[in-house]
Amino acid sequence: MPLQTFVLNGKTVTVDVADDVRLLWVLRDRLGVTGPKYGCGINVCKACTSHINGKAFNPCAVPVGRVGPDDEITTIEGLPEQVEAPQRGPNGLHPMQEAWLDRDVAQCGYCQPGQIMAAVALARKVREEGREVTESDLDTIRNICRCGTYTRIREAIVDGAARM
Amino acid sequence: MNAPHPAHTPTTTSTPAGSDVVPTTLPLDRRRFLGYVLAGSTLVAAADLGGAAPPAAAEIPTPPQIPELYDLNDMLTDAARPTANLITVVIREDGTATFALPRMEVGQGITTSTAMLIAEELDLPLDKVEVTLAPARQELLFNQLTGGSNTTISTYTPIRVAAAVARAALLDAAAIVLGDTVAGLVAKGGVITAPDGSSVTYGELAARAASPTTVEVEVQLKDEADFAVVGTPTNRVDALAAVTGQKDYTTDLQVEGALPTMVCRAPTLNGTPVRVRNQDAVEQLPGVTHVATVSTGVAVRAETFGQCIDAVRALDVEWADGPVAGESDSTILRKLRSAQLPMPALPPNPLARTVGGDFTFYFRSNSAMDTNSAIADVRDDGATIWAGLKSPIVAQQRIAEKLGMRPDQVTVNVVTAGGSFGRRLFFDAALEAAEISQAMRQPVKLMWHRADDARVGRGHPMGTCRVQAVVLGQEVLAFNQSLTCVETDFRHGLGEIITAKAADLPGGLGNQGFAQTIFALTQEVPYDFGAVTQTIIETDDRFNTGSMRNIYSPDVRVAGELVVDQMAAKMGLDPYEFRRKFQRNERLLAALDKVAEVGEWGRRMPAGTAQGIAIHKEYKGVSACLVEIDCRPQTTGRQIGEAVTGPRVTKVTYAVDVGLAINPRGLEAQMQGGINDGIALALTSSLHLRDGHFLEASWDNYFYTRQWNTPPEVEVIVMPSTEKQPGGAGEAGVAATFAAVACAYARATGTVPTYFPINHKQLSFEPKPFVPPIPESPTNGLDLTS
Ligand code: FES
Ligand code: FES
Repeated sequence: MPLQTFVLNGKTVTVDVADDVRLLWVLRDRLGVTGPKYGCGINVCKACTSHINGKAFNPCAVPVGRVGPDDEITTIEGLPEQVEAPQRGPNGLHPMQEAWLDRDVAQCGYCQPGQIMAAVALARKVREEGREVTESDLDTIRNICRCGTYTRIREAIVDGAARM
Repeated sequence: MNAPHPAHTPTTTSTPAGSDVVPTTLPLDRRRFLGYVLAGSTLVAAADLGGAAPPAAAEIPTPPQIPELYDLNDMLTDAARPTANLITVVIREDGTATFALPRMEVGQGITTSTAMLIAEELDLPLDKVEVTLAPARQELLFNQLTGGSNTTISTYTPIRVAAAVARAALLDAAAIVLGDTVAGLVAKGGVITAPDGSSVTYGELAARAASPTTVEVEVQLKDEADFAVVGTPTNRVDALAAVTGQKDYTTDLQVEGALPTMVCRAPTLNGTPVRVRNQDAVEQLPGVTHVATVSTGVAVRAETFGQCIDAVRALDVEWADGPVAGESDSTILRKLRSAQLPMPALPPNPLARTVGGDFTFYFRSNSAMDTNSAIADVRDDGATIWAGLKSPIVAQQRIAEKLGMRPDQVTVNVVTAGGSFGRRLFFDAALEAAEISQAMRQPVKLMWHRADDARVGRGHPMGTCRVQAVVLGQEVLAFNQSLTCVETDFRHGLGEIITAKAADLPGGLGNQGFAQTIFALTQEVPYDFGAVTQTIIETDDRFNTGSMRNIYSPDVRVAGELVVDQMAAKMGLDPYEFRRKFQRNERLLAALDKVAEVGEWGRRMPAGTAQGIAIHKEYKGVSACLVEIDCRPQTTGRQIGEAVTGPRVTKVTYAVDVGLAINPRGLEAQMQGGINDGIALALTSSLHLRDGHFLEASWDNYFYTRQWNTPPEVEVIVMPSTEKQPGGAGEAGVAATFAAVACAYARATGTVPTYFPINHKQLSFEPKPFVPPIPESPTNGLDLTS
């Protein structure tokens, strides 16, 4: 089997697995990184949302063979290290995670790693565009939450983006 | 927190811990209870889970409807009384308290509210209380079922008693260590301080407060007026784990050798495998270790779930049709119609006018984000199971039956689950995983694909609800409501196999009895409407159903409230004034007035938009909901890729009085979730049965509320309650929201809907194939970064 190499949460990892296995399963089943959740396997629910080179993506829809040795994959586990230490909050976390805690967003929590990773990418995007998060930005977020935590998610994104 | 410690006296010395002696626990007055210090090397305080709850107080209704006197929660609480056993709070040497909750956390926040109760009675900081989920405990019988929003109601007093016993024992031990009397000591923050300033921690006292024998003690609970933790908005105890990806669900657990496993299922619902035509070829696929035929399909085990998906898709299987082959929504609806009984006769009065409605509610899914899953390790001499289970005892018994073992050979571990909405009352994945592990002779980590979870997982049955009311002048003489539906499966019983079997009697009679009982214990018409009759008929047991969040109430309340608006119109009253006039419950009236005031009932709205208002009473709680909906073309026609938009609920004002709110922040969260459920049920979410199977296989097929549907403005008001006992919370947000949205939609469009959800008849997606039963994972993810 081919060796697959990429950067995962700041460290280079190599794993022996076939090219066509989707990255989500390489992370979860082979590397034991279980923050990204399975909710559909077809890039719909967004529970697996993580970052590749700083952009949100869904590893359930990416064969591991397409990920190169220099590609930086960040999962929820590696999110706090994406900001400098002084920017981390009282729990040592990324400002978006801290906003999530302050609003007590999670119910069952299953969708929340994906929600937070999507929120961080959205906040970065609007920042690059030189604007604030709008209601219509929030309306287009696809991540599903079957516990219906949407109200607090919306509040936390606005709050977290302001802190970033 | 600093209240002097109430006196307590050891009254009897009984047999050592672990014996089967369960003395009757009698409340001496409203706040005095008996508990136990169990024999042990560290402090173990206990209370009887069944006996400690005070009897339910009845209201004085005129004329009474059953749930006003005795509701489903009273039944669940009483079911617990005679056979219940001890629950224990253990103080460890590190100063923390631990408690194994015989219930299931699925996101509803009961581990947090339980920790709050213990922190309160023990005067211990919340972060020093650890609440875990108890594995199946056969001796608890009825008492290990999480359902009917009953957890807080049935465990409220026993948990407090156990914590109070622990506190009392710690104070006794501290009195000896500090050389003072108990009355002079102050317990706070896990430290006990004497008047001279000397102090000792709970951790230091844990071993000293332990008892060599089991001792019965009488304790007095804190006065509710002194609560400092209970009633204070508190963040969830598992929030940090959730936002860092450290909260583990079943599929996150690493159990030695338990490789990913999935099942290839039939193209008709509950169809069964006849033979596999290419077993050898599939066994040769990369990563695949085992292929085995089981009762529900063909299971594959592989190195990764990705390889399981490929193997399931590659399987070539001959299937026998399932029991609903050939059926569709329309054929089931015809059967329901023919099963309907005539409505009860209305009081004859030539001057009276009849108002009515006839509504259809299509099948709905309670699939959670975390699909059905379980880990099973079945050996020759025993089995171990890990799964999210709300009725672990009956799961343990049924799994043992399936494996040909005794229940004590099956260890069932309860794992937190990513949502339930009623689905985890059953244990479909645990049973299936056990069967697969036995067939493969290997440990397995079974996960259902989303397509399986949507198509084959349990859901809310389809039904019709007819309403007839008789209006004379400004009075309502009679109100009849009749629900006819596909059977709701209650075969999880009350949490153990004796009642589960009762629900399994031939001909469905047992389950019918359960259904009748649960319907009678949950449903009431919250108005003074003269002669009120509510009936239920269930017809068809071929579907995979269960108690979806709030069971019968959402549909029953929608039908009722839509007819209420029509009666109001006949009388020339506005919907809010009508509901006030016929109100029979003070707390409900207060909630109704609150939403009308805060939500600005009656404000001017543009054409195509409207307000709707509705109320609901259940589980000793009351709720009122006021929504605003926008049905204008510019809103219904919004284009968001692959999204079902349609009418948008733009604002929700929700008032809830559940009785004592242990954690108002958690309660608010439950209402916010229920609001999104109610909106989905009204506008977008249903399953479509076509030719023997449900079409939905994705979250872009089954339209639960998404960000583009959720209201931009939501306000939840937790009413100050006059009730001292906590009420159920997990389901209280759904029914009133569903009804208010239905009423608002009717007012905005001028058309009263006759079926729900309102978009059911236009299929908004391209159905995925049934063979293979699950879709391929895409490969273009890197083109879609954002
Ligand atoms: S699992 Fe990746 S988007 Fe659903
Ligand atoms: S918190 Fe449960 S699915 Fe989002």
